[in-house]
Amino acid sequence: MGERFVTRGFVGRRDAAPDAAGLSPDERRRRTPPGQYLTPDFPVLSAGPTPRTPLDRWSLRIEGLVGQPAQWTWDEFLALPSRDYVVDISCVTKWTHLDMRWKGVSLDTLLEGVELDQRAAFVVATCDGGYTTNLPLADVLNNQAFVAYEYDGRPLQPEHGGPARLVVPARYFWKSAKWIRGLRIQDRDEPGFWESLGYHNRGDQWLEERYSGD
Amino acid sequence: MTNAIDWQLATVTAVRDETPTVRTFTLGLPGWDGHRAGQHLDLRLTAEDGYSVERSYSIASEPERSGEVDITVERIPGGEVSAFLHEVVVPGDRLELRGPIGGYFVWEAALGGPLLLVAGGSGVVPLMAMARHRARSSAASLATAANGAAGTPARLLLSSRGPEEIIYRAELDTLASAGDGFAVVHTLTRQQPPGWTGYARRIDEAMLADVLEPLGASVRAYACGPTALVETVANGLVRLGLPPDRIRTERFGPTGT
Repeated sequence: MGERFVTRGFVGRRDAAPDAAGLSPDERRRRTPPGQYLTPDFPVLSAGPTPRTPLDRWSLRIEGLVGQPAQWTWDEFLALPSRDYVVDISCVTKWTHLDMRWKGVSLDTLLEGVELDQRAAFVVATCDGGYTTNLPLADVLNNQAFVAYEYDGRPLQPEHGGPARLVVPARYFWKSAKWIRGLRIQDRDEPGFWESLGYHNRGDQWLEERYSGD
Repeated sequence: MTNAIDWQLATVTAVRDETPTVRTFTLGLPGWDGHRAGQHLDLRLTAEDGYSVERSYSIASEPERSGEVDITVERIPGGEVSAFLHEVVVPGDRLELRGPIGGYFVWEAALGGPLLLVAGGSGVVPLMAMARHRARSSAASLATAANGAAGTPARLLLSSRGPEEIIYRAELDTLASAGDGFAVVHTLTRQQPPGWTGYARRIDEAMLADVLEPLGASVRAYACGPTALVETVANGLVRLGLPPDRIRTERFGPTGT
C-alpha cells in the first residue's frame, strides 16, 4: 500500500517505564522486529502431537553430502563442548521474547565431526514427527545456530522441542526445528514443512519475511 | 514462487456479541481471493505517528461466503489489539489486513472425514469455519445428488467455562439439529446451569474416547485452544490409536492475542 493507512482511533500502548527485566522502552523498540510484540511468555505452537522419543533411543545424525555420516547418542551429544546462549527469539505468529537463555551445542561443533563435500550449500533439519525445515549453510555456520537441550537452566521440555531442538535466532522460530534428529547436507535447497505451506523460504524477521512472496 | 500476500483495506460491515467477552466482526473485502476453512489473516493497526502492531486472527466464516469474512475476537485483559477492536471499532470503520494464511490447519470437504473437532474457548473459531463449510457442502451435495446421503460425519467437542461463555451457541444448536451428521458435545468446566447433565470437567482421555467412539479411529482430528488443552487432546488421541499425522493442532497461548 503506497500511502500509509491510519487506523481510526488507534493510539496503541506505549510503555514509558522500564520493564521487569530493566529494559528501557527505547531498547525494547530497537530490539523488536517489525510487526512483532514483546512477551515474557514462551508460547507453544505445533502442527501436530508432541513426539516423545526415549533418550536411550535418541540420536543425532549428520548425513548427505559429507565424507562419512556422523551420529551421536544422547550421552555422546551431551559430552560435546556446549555453551550458554542468550538470544532474542521471534515467532512468525508475532511474539518476540528477548534474552531467552539456552544451553546447547553450536552447529559449528557438530559439523566439525564431518567432512563437508565441496558442493555442500544447504541443510535440511529432520525431526521426530516428520517436521523439516531448510537453511543455507551460510545462515547456520559461524555460531549462528545451535542445538539446544536446556532452556532457562532446565532440560528442554517436550512441548518446546525437547529433548533437543535447533535454534537459529536470526530467523523466525519455525526454522528452529523442534525434536531435531538429523541434519541433511545438500547441494540444493529443498523447502521444508512450513516453507512448502506458504511461509517464506528464508524467514528473516528483520526483513519481515513471513510468507512466500514477502 | 507464489504471489505476495498483499495488505488490503476491509470495511467493517457488522459487529455482534457472541459472549460477554467475545465479539464477531464482519469484514467486507472486495479483493478477497477466498480462503480455506481453518486459515487465518493478519490484521495491522497503525496510529497517526506510524506506530503499528499486527496480530493474527482465525477466520470464522466458511469459504462459500464471498466478498466478506468474519473474525471472532476474544477480549484479552490488557490486550492491545483485542481491547481496541472491542472498544473502538464500529461498522463503517476500515481495517488493514492480509491473508489468507496457513496451509496445514485446514479442512476441505474434499478431504473427507469422519471429522473430530476439539476446541477450548475461542479455539473454536477456526473449527467453526470447518463446521460451517461442512454444512454448506453437505447441503450442496444433498441438493445435487438427491440420494439422501448425509454430510461428512463430524463431532465437535467444545470446552467452555460456563453456559454464558459458549461461543456460537445458538448456531451450533442449529447445525447439530440439521440431521446431516453433525453433533456437538459441550463440557462446562467451571459453572453449569441447573439440571446440566453434560460433561463438567476439563477434557481428558476418557472424554475423548467417548466422543470419538461413534466416529471410529479413522477420523481426521483438529484441535485448537490453549496449550494445555491441545497437548491433552493430541497426546490422548495418539494413545487412543489415531496416527499422529491425522491430528492437526493450532494453539493459542496466553499471548495469542
